Amino acid sequence: MVAPVLDRFDPRLDPMPPPVDRRTLIARLERVLPREALIHKTEGMRVFETDGLAAYRGMPAVVALPANVAEVRAVLKVCRELGAPVVARGAGTGLSGGALPTPGCVLLGLSRMSAILEIDAAAGLARVQPGVRNLAISEAVRPLGLFYAPDPSSQLACSLGGNVAENAGGVHCLKYGLTVNNVQGLEIVTLDGEVLRLGGETLEAPGFDLMALITGSEGLLAIVTEITVRLTPLPEATQVLLAAFPETRAAGQAVADIIAAGLIPAGLEMMDRLALTAAEAHTGAGYPLDAAAILLCELDGAPEDIGADLERVRTICEAAGASLARIARDEAERERFWAGRKGAFPAMGRMAPDYYCIDGVIPRRALPEVLDAITRLSDQFGLAVANVFHAGDGNLHPLILYDAQAPGELDRAEALGGAILELCVAKGGAITGEHGVGREKINQMCAQFTPEELETFAALKRAFDPEGLLNPGKTIPTPQRCVAHGAMHVHAASPPFPHLDRF
Amino acid sequence: MSMPQARPSPTLTASEDADLGAALSARVAEAAARGEPLRLVGGGSKDALAQALSGARLDLSGHRGILDYAPSELVMTARAGTPLAQIEAALARSGQRLAFEPPIMSPASTLGGVVAAGLSGARRPFAGGVRDAVLGVKILDGRGRILRFGGTVFKNVAGFDAFRLMAGAYGCLGVLLEVSLRVAPAPQTTLHLAFEEAWPRAKARLEALLRRPVPVTGAVHDGAGLLLRLEGPDHGVRALAAELGGVVDNSEIWEALRQRRYGPHQAARLWRVLIPRRADTAELEGLAEAPLLRDWAGAEIWLASEASADRVRDAARRIGGHAALHRGARAGEAVFPPLAPAVLALHQRLKRALDPAGVLNPGRLYQEL
Repeated sequence: MVAPVLDRFDPRLDPMPPPVDRRTLIARLERVLPREALIHKTEGMRVFETDGLAAYRGMPAVVALPANVAEVRAVLKVCRELGAPVVARGAGTGLSGGALPTPGCVLLGLSRMSAILEIDAAAGLARVQPGVRNLAISEAVRPLGLFYAPDPSSQLACSLGGNVAENAGGVHCLKYGLTVNNVQGLEIVTLDGEVLRLGGETLEAPGFDLMALITGSEGLLAIVTEITVRLTPLPEATQVLLAAFPETRAAGQAVADIIAAGLIPAGLEMMDRLALTAAEAHTGAGYPLDAAAILLCELDGAPEDIGADLERVRTICEAAGASLARIARDEAERERFWAGRKGAFPAMGRMAPDYYCIDGVIPRRALPEVLDAITRLSDQFGLAVANVFHAGDGNLHPLILYDAQAPGELDRAEALGGAILELCVAKGGAITGEHGVGREKINQMCAQFTPEELETFAALKRAFDPEGLLNPGKTIPTPQRCVAHGAMHVHAASPPFPHLDRF
Repeated sequence: MSMPQARPSPTLTASEDADLGAALSARVAEAAARGEPLRLVGGGSKDALAQALSGARLDLSGHRGILDYAPSELVMTARAGTPLAQIEAALARSGQRLAFEPPIMSPASTLGGVVAAGLSGARRPFAGGVRDAVLGVKILDGRGRILRFGGTVFKNVAGFDAFRLMAGAYGCLGVLLEVSLRVAPAPQTTLHLAFEEAWPRAKARLEALLRRPVPVTGAVHDGAGLLLRLEGPDHGVRALAAELGGVVDNSEIWEALRQRRYGPHQAARLWRVLIPRRADTAELEGLAEAPLLRDWAGAEIWLASEASADRVRDAARRIGGHAALHRGARAGEAVFPPLAPAVLALHQRLKRALDPAGVLNPGRLYQEL
């Protein structure tokens, strides 16, 4: 386990509203919420101290658990009147500290709003409350031949409200899109207590695309109280191919060739030697241990078509130098291949006491040089890195192995993670593909964006939240923080010969 | 019926590539300092879609050129003034295309205009819209500052999706300088089918069909019958066509639809009504001078009607929809559907955040913006 550290919000670097008298805050909330919806004893609040980024923790002033939109409104009105910060929380599975309590905040937990309100199979839509678990939607609509496509790895536990806040992804994004591409309507409550409906049953809404702005806004703009999601018909068949490569460069080439051939796999995952070795030891997936990298390529569709297309994938992998390219014999083997990939993170427990999961994005063509550079950084910082990669959409998850008990290793792991993210920016990518910025990557935002761009984000936030009460100290760094971090904005190198096609 | 002019040759247009970013930036900064409204113009093909056109002309059509396109990345980055035709030709050479199928309102249509208007074609319900394809933008804000949001990668959750906000904002929040779009492989096989059947029957057919994982990428009813477009892997497309029967049709109708010159599109006063796709349209039919043209599997209605804006908008609202005047707005009539007061107030605050002097296309989308 990671040794907990108390995150220190710094009033000189983070925009912290002035402190609010805790007893007044609790007294006011007690007037608008039933007793069981408020937690303010330390023992009861312990579980809300941290989210999926367990290295960071902080104690809220009070935890509010509203059961409906009227209660959400009432809580926000109290917070606005008193000037108390509000941190929204879904299931608390987020990996970037987005639900980490800021000092003196009201932690607004939405887990009690967990009803699936309506399923309209003919329209292909479901209306749900924010506390509904991601997987619960797919389970509910499976008998109707439908599913909800975005499938973050935490889908068993994570909530739809959290998915919207983070614009969650998953392994099937290349074909089915992110949360933002699968949400058609939102009900939000703003800090001044207005309940707004954005989008809904029509495919597009008039005016600015506020739904896109809210999706991925990490609790900084408004509280989402209802979500209309698009449902997708279940594919007729699904099949997966496992390919092994003697070097990572060849695997990267195969990924590019598969996409250039016009194929859109439902999933396209890569693991390097350290990751696949750990996964094999953990789950016995049947991965070849002599490979430098493996690819898992999943196709779905009509059985005849995926059969033909998988043959094309096999040919492409072999041409790129694969030492093995094998289609899963049956459903059991397909599940075993995936079990290895899905168990890759917990499998790291065998390699080191702790691991730190990074979430960078790069253009696919930069993969070989980025992997080489990560190897160099790994040597430089003296920490091993295992690479797991949503190769189809360029989303890299380097897992930094360290020992939190060893003095200085956590700091070194964080520094190495920061260096990897800044490398992603330099290659034209991004500091986060699906985990969000939250508290964790707030300093790297200074590398991704110019001061003017960050100021624009702050201005957009002020349009919703003039007093800066919603999730302060997250996602958008202040200019002071960027100066203190010393990070210069990293310019993505412009590609040479921009007019030439690149294969 | 006028046919479109020949598309400009990409080799010719490529030689006209130019980066006018610095000059445009200076011009916007100057306008902001003076409080002088600017009217943003790309190809000028969507002038009819405007509440008001006012201000000094800011011509963006010279700021053009494809900046980066690697087919294996499925991403194209181009300057906003690049003609849509040039972009589509470059994609076609690599067997790719724009999934959202932007309408071709004129051969002069530019990438920036397509994104600013946020208009998507028949593939919208099946492959997503403009806002789904936009991965990143470089813009000038209302002070003339160059800002980049998003990037060239599919997954990117760093900061707010300010880039998606530009899709459909009609230039009111920023001047598009560059856009990175996600592109898609062209399908292996395409078939066009036609079924002579009235809407209620077609609606029932679609309802059953679209609950299955079928390779349908277009479903249009023109009053006389249902037109279906199947695109995808060869086997799946042919198997579905064999199952459905229907008459194998040619693609001309689909081109006409894309160019907005099909049947009811010609009406002097034309409404675009977005509705839940299974809503009861009897009241809209009562207001129509010609049979409804139903695109997006019934979710996008083209309505030729001389009825007052209030009557059409009320009818749309009663079935959960909203109506925009695509052509033929009368004096005093709003082009775009009205927003709820609190939503409008939020629009005004967002406008002020990005364009404090209010110089970018003022009044084009809503009088209050």
